[in-house]
Amino acid sequence: MNQFLEFFSFADANVRYVTLGSVLLASSSAVVGCFTLLRKRALVGDAVAHAVLPGVCLAFILSGTKNPLILLLGAFVTGWFSLIVIDFITSRSRIKEDTAIGLVLSVFFGIGILLLTSIQHSGNASQSGLDKFLFGKAASLVGEDLITFSIVAVLLLVTTLVFYKELMLLCFDQAYAKTIGFPVRTLELLLTTLTVLAVVVGIQAVGVVLMAAMLITPAAAARFWTDKLKLMLVIAALIGAFSGVAGAFVSYTAPAMPTGPWIVLIVSMIAIASFSFAPKKGWFSRIARQRRNRRLILEENLLKLLYHLGEQKQDFFSPRSLPNLLERRNIPKDQARTGLDKLRRQGYVEKSKEGWRLTTQGQKRGRRVVRLHRLWELYLTQYLNLASDHVHEDAETIEHIITPDLEQKLMEELNYPQLDPHSAKIP
Amino acid sequence: MAMVGDAISHAVLPGIVIAFLVTGSRESVPMLIGAGTLGLLTTFLIEFFHRYARVQSDAAIGVTFTWLFAIGIILLSVFAGQVDLDQDCVLYGEIAYVPLDIWLTDSGYNFGPRTIWTLSVVALLITAFIFVGYKELFLTAFDPGYAAAIGLSTTAWYYALMGAVSLTTVASFESVGAILVVAFLVAPPATAYLLTDDFRQMLLLSVGLGILASVAGYYLAVWLDGSIAGAIATVTGLEFMLALFFSPSRGLLLRRKQVQPVQL
Amino acid sequence: MILHVENPVVEVHDLTVSYDRKPVLWGVDLTLPAGSLVGVIGPNGAGKSTLIKAVMDLLSAGSGYVRIFGKPIEEVRNRISYVPQRESVDWDFPASVFDVVLMGRYGKLGLFSRPRKADKDAAMEALEKVNMQAFAKRQISQLSGGQQQRVFLARALAQNADIYFMDEPFAGVDIATETAIIELLRTMREQGKTVVVVHHDLQSAAEYFDWVVLLNMRLVASGPTEKVLTQELLEHTYGGRLTVLTKVGDLLRKQQFPAREKK
Repeated sequence: MNQFLEFFSFADANVRYVTLGSVLLASSSAVVGCFTLLRKRALVGDAVAHAVLPGVCLAFILSGTKNPLILLLGAFVTGWFSLIVIDFITSRSRIKEDTAIGLVLSVFFGIGILLLTSIQHSGNASQSGLDKFLFGKAASLVGEDLITFSIVAVLLLVTTLVFYKELMLLCFDQAYAKTIGFPVRTLELLLTTLTVLAVVVGIQAVGVVLMAAMLITPAAAARFWTDKLKLMLVIAALIGAFSGVAGAFVSYTAPAMPTGPWIVLIVSMIAIASFSFAPKKGWFSRIARQRRNRRLILEENLLKLLYHLGEQKQDFFSPRSLPNLLERRNIPKDQARTGLDKLRRQGYVEKSKEGWRLTTQGQKRGRRVVRLHRLWELYLTQYLNLASDHVHEDAETIEHIITPDLEQKLMEELNYPQLDPHSAKIP
Repeated sequence: MAMVGDAISHAVLPGIVIAFLVTGSRESVPMLIGAGTLGLLTTFLIEFFHRYARVQSDAAIGVTFTWLFAIGIILLSVFAGQVDLDQDCVLYGEIAYVPLDIWLTDSGYNFGPRTIWTLSVVALLITAFIFVGYKELFLTAFDPGYAAAIGLSTTAWYYALMGAVSLTTVASFESVGAILVVAFLVAPPATAYLLTDDFRQMLLLSVGLGILASVAGYYLAVWLDGSIAGAIATVTGLEFMLALFFSPSRGLLLRRKQVQPVQL
Repeated sequence: MILHVENPVVEVHDLTVSYDRKPVLWGVDLTLPAGSLVGVIGPNGAGKSTLIKAVMDLLSAGSGYVRIFGKPIEEVRNRISYVPQRESVDWDFPASVFDVVLMGRYGKLGLFSRPRKADKDAAMEALEKVNMQAFAKRQISQLSGGQQQRVFLARALAQNADIYFMDEPFAGVDIATETAIIELLRTMREQGKTVVVVHHDLQSAAEYFDWVVLLNMRLVASGPTEKVLTQELLEHTYGGRLTVLTKVGDLLRKQQFPAREKK
């Protein structure tokens, strides 16, 4: 707890730098990542991340200094070049895009490693700063780095805001963007440049391999929470920022812990949680919806059963015993009991000594289900030419899902019918 | 599916670390098992995210491998004292140390470098796999719909192939590291693909290109005094660029007159 | 207008097929007579390919069952052949024409065995039937559309099956190939084989097929060509949108509702 307070008081300058730096990096690359993700080119970020290494080494060899700006410039150039190469290979030969990405990232990285080890072996004492591009050194960010990060982060955010609608259209429908006269090539280059910029800066914090996660993972997670692009950008940035803080905190409490991998681990957990639990799109919510459907089907089937019996005996409101109900339809006994209990609580049925009876409300709902069933059977025989002995099964599901709107439409198309295909009355 | 190979090569890291922690040694067999398991798990997770959680496929790949790799690095830092693997080795391996790790029996008989033995066994296994499953691999790669129609299980062959990829990856891991494995997996076949239209020739050619790159890469590394693995990857890239521009049939610069389809 | 036959080669019973829970084919009941050339016809998105894929169990059906030669599909796989849509594969794949045709023998070969001389002869013979023997060594990337289609056809022929399902074999081929293919299909019918062809051209359908299946999200008609290709039934197939059906389908997907209640 103490550590928690200590950390969030940000009294320690180092903590301040690391946290702020991680947040800036993570959130700005998350925003750019949203666009690359939506263009279905999520993995190019990975290629760029690997391709900056030879640039850094070359810049070092050529300039002989460790000046971060020159190194960044070198990184930027090869990162950008790698994307051009990928595009070139994909468009000019029969190599597919994913192969081109894999090829470019590993070969560029190989060149980088060759140069890096060569520099190391040459005994050049000042090379020590280079390998932070390999593994990231989020934990040792200093004030100077922070200034660079802030400038780049602001640049990225402002550019995406300014070109928001152009970028959106580019991701959504490139061909259309072209026909209405958008400079598609330029926009593509802009997005490429933004991606490279985000990678070049971010890589110093989390390293070559994990940089891809900073671009892809927050965006993929945010996609599950919303269908609006604006909101998606905000959520992705927040997820990025949160994992930045959390990662910095972990490595603060346990100094042996690397910040970068922790940021990635946390952001991945958020993403996996989003895939699983996000409302509407998440895996569990789909399963929950399916269970809800099953419950709904069970309850409505019970009401229908009571209604059928009522119809038969021309008496809707007498109690029926459970065995009496179940002999008409094969529902497991305990399920039927739970279902009836639920219906009782909702006021659709009442329980007495002799059994279960419909309330007026229950009779109304039961009637609707039966009516929809028979309407759908009629629709299937009339419009789909299905044999009348096959339509029952289909109608068994559809009766639970038809909305009042559709019911009205069905009535119109069927011309307000009286009888179903089995000549039963449509109530 | 090149990027799935990339994903596997990164994601096997936690498997290797865990195998290391459990056995406490660099025995090859547990490591192969650990990494192989993780490789299949990766393939499965990507499929799972894509199919059940409806994550778009490239994002599913990206999320999965970075996540597992992060776990691997964290495990490495937690057990830094106990694990004789460092981050550099993970990223780009050190093939130059291979001759130093000698396999000695209890009686002191010298079998030579251990890695050579592991790699030979794996190479044999892979060759046997290709030999046995050639037809099926060929068919499922070309036309999965037809393969399924004549009763082949495309899923089973997909996982078998990915298993083979994991096996190769982990066997070469120590020597060349996670990322450069990808260069060896992707570059020679892609180069061969530009040079020939025949599947069998493509297989042989990529083996040849791989060998050539290894030899040339070694001398390049000696000359520059740098990483051997990095140099080999550089040469594979060079081979690809040469093929891209100068391939006799499809080179961009030397494109011979294309064989026109003959109309009947 | 759905005619059923005695002793059908293909029997489809109450088949509903969904993509992501949205039914694209509703309750198809269908029987096809042996030794006939069957055309499956309907507008785009009517579920024609879906039908033949579901019949071969390449897509899992939401309900219903399929019998071929009176048996479940798994028992008669080796008597069935399939010609997928031409665009469904990558024609840049490094393979020769002969390699592809030889694939037709793989189903009979089992895991460890390699193709024997008999298999190679069968493949060569199949190539001769589509008049492509001169191209055996040619790489598939160098073929024209019509030639690619012939290669696919030869692969199916090499299988020597009893029933063939073909997905749009006439799409994007030249006239010469189209005539050659239909000639071949007729010969196959003479030999007592059944050929089911997904087709989109109404004009030629009347001439090519002796049994026609009209499809648009549901089975509209199935029967002898002259009885089925009528103005009225075609209007039924191509005209009249099924708004309610589409809306219900969308609802099923949105609510993740099962197309059928579980028993």
